[in-house]
Amino acid sequence: MSALAAGAALEPKTFTVTRADLVAYADASGDHNPIHQDEEVARSVGLPGVIAHGMYTLALVGRAVAEWTGGAEVVDLGAKFTSPVVVPAEGGAEIVVGGSVKSVADGLTTLALEVTCEGQKVLGMPKAVVRA
Amino acid sequence: MPVDPSLVGRQFPAPAPLTVTPERVGAFAAAVGHPGGDVPPTFPIVLAFDAMTAFLDAEQIDLHRIVHGEQRFAYARPLAAGDELRATLTVTGLRQIGGADIIATASEITDATGAVVCTGKATLVHSAGGAA
Repeated sequence: MSALAAGAALEPKTFTVTRADLVAYADASGDHNPIHQDEEVARSVGLPGVIAHGMYTLALVGRAVAEWTGGAEVVDLGAKFTSPVVVPAEGGAEIVVGGSVKSVADGLTTLALEVTCEGQKVLGMPKAVVRA
Repeated sequence: MPVDPSLVGRQFPAPAPLTVTPERVGAFAAAVGHPGGDVPPTFPIVLAFDAMTAFLDAEQIDLHRIVHGEQRFAYARPLAAGDELRATLTVTGLRQIGGADIIATASEITDATGAVVCTGKATLVHSAGGAA
């Protein structure tokens, strides 16, 4: 059975995100929203603390998909950012990207994904489709 | 202050094209740990963010009052180093929930030939100030 046959489980990937990662991501992406850097600003708009860029978490999904599929061409990728990933000043937040192969049809493989931080889902309706 | 409802249908181009250079891709891939030499699938957010910034500036919306609610990308082809990309954001919907504006947007990312490389759909959650 191929690693990407329908129903196959995908080995969960665990990533740690730190405040330093968010600074590097802000520089690389151009998204310098201070809610991803500054505790005071984050709290002033009702957030529980500094949160990871939603796109950082989605980039980790892209990374997991690339690792699972050997860098297959991505056709669709997206999610709702339903719960913030709070990143503490010391240490980091652990994000787990897990999933399985939902379907394989017409040369496209659709992955079912579950993305959690401390056991709580942080992405809603995450979707990835690759040409494989 | 709530966002002006007449915005729906308005378009905001990113102010400048962006060339996908190995340096930019390398910095982005390093920031998210993306494996291999491919352009990470979330890289087009750099362009989409430029277009969003043009929109926020034009409407005098503070970036720190924006939280990313959803992002989905569909790719017509993989991005490659050397691509010269342009992005245009269209405001596609606007509604209010519990004092926040939920701004729906669509972004079209084209290459130097005008061909669509990637389309994005995003929601931006704008928490109107005042109390904070």
